[in-house]
Amino acid sequence: MSFRGKDVLSILDFTRNDLERLFRIASSKFEGDELKGRVVALAFFEPSTRTRLSFETATLRLGGGYIGFDAVQGTSIAKGETFSDTIRMLDAYADVIVVRHSLEGAAKLAAELADAPVINAGDGSKRHPTQAMIDLYTIWREKRGIDDLVYGVLGDLRYGRASGSFLRALNLYSPKKVYLIAPESLRPKEELLDTLKMPWEFADLEEVLPELDVLYVTRIQKERFPDPAEYERVKGSYRIDAALLKNAKESMIILHPLPRVDEIALDVDSTPHARYFKQASYGVPVRMALLREVVP
Amino acid sequence: MSEELVVRRISNGTVIDHIPAGRALKVLRILGITGEEGYMVSMVMNVYSKKLGKKDIVKVEGRELSSEEVNKIALVAPSATINIVRDYEVIEKRKVELPERIEGIVRCVNPKCVTNAPREAVRPSFRVISRKPLKLVCEYCGEYLTEEEVIAQLAGT
Repeated sequence: MSFRGKDVLSILDFTRNDLERLFRIASSKFEGDELKGRVVALAFFEPSTRTRLSFETATLRLGGGYIGFDAVQGTSIAKGETFSDTIRMLDAYADVIVVRHSLEGAAKLAAELADAPVINAGDGSKRHPTQAMIDLYTIWREKRGIDDLVYGVLGDLRYGRASGSFLRALNLYSPKKVYLIAPESLRPKEELLDTLKMPWEFADLEEVLPELDVLYVTRIQKERFPDPAEYERVKGSYRIDAALLKNAKESMIILHPLPRVDEIALDVDSTPHARYFKQASYGVPVRMALLREVVP
Repeated sequence: MSEELVVRRISNGTVIDHIPAGRALKVLRILGITGEEGYMVSMVMNVYSKKLGKKDIVKVEGRELSSEEVNKIALVAPSATINIVRDYEVIEKRKVELPERIEGIVRCVNPKCVTNAPREAVRPSFRVISRKPLKLVCEYCGEYLTEEEVIAQLAGT
């Protein structure tokens, strides 16, 4: 399937073949000027570091230019302009619109309003398809395949958009098993659990750690918590350090969409398990491949 | 007691029969019938029914409701039957059928859903993923909407 001109709203808009084509492009160290003369709109209604900077870098590396904002201060939204009107305006200026927003479904709405393709760079607490692509790409590169592995997904599985997108993305593959490791209040909603097609169960980290091939860790995000006291109560209870990892397979890799706070101790960084910085570095080639394929 | 004693027959229009008892007002609400349209609308509630024990009936004189309009009432009245009447004769009788998509009748329960943002160019829309019990999923944010939530919203609570 060609992605040309298509919206990228959810990881499930893609098939396994689509993704693998994207991964091959991303790993081919391609350089080019496919975006020469093109304008990418980066509409970040919510703050972001990695996602925004990697989209900017990907655009520049493909010879394109970008416009946009990374906070609503300084834009007309602060004066009361609606999201819809802002998107209509960007649609008139740019060849593709990359949207990050705190409201769920914002990217779908943008896609309905704009003729230009819309790429969801994270909306609300459920979808973050380009992050999921990077996560899968990292596993594809580092483990030479995504199927038949045992996964642990740890942290905030309820309010974290990266973990939700990652779990949905695994539906496209055949994991041997997925362990969901989260405090009860941060377990995924039934809306997500109902969609999981692979064998999964809730588990304790220490119990399942020796089985894992991939441990996907997410931050417990304070801003997603309805009750700050609840945040304080659970934040320290899911922490990885080098001592704990003695029980892990030597080949197990640890991913994290970043930013991390204290869920992965600094002493893990120098272990062979740590792949989260590599994962972050893959943000650029994967987004380059995506922009190259999507921009009309 | 026969319904005939309560509400007279209509000459032309639509009779919505077999509405679960007590839900006729919700049916009118979904149909957007407020009384200001000028049609003669009659409604009986809690009349005896062989099939349902008790039922409600709505009659709209002078207006034949389309399937598309009427199917939306399946949200609250899945048992309802529609009779199209011309010259006092029922010329068409059909059951309501819940459409696969519901647009603009109920709202998403997720406060962070874009369909709940004020002044945005969007209407709430849902896909029906289960009919019995009724379960909808928001097409924007993916949140479920249960039968109880649908009924509560349409009751205006």
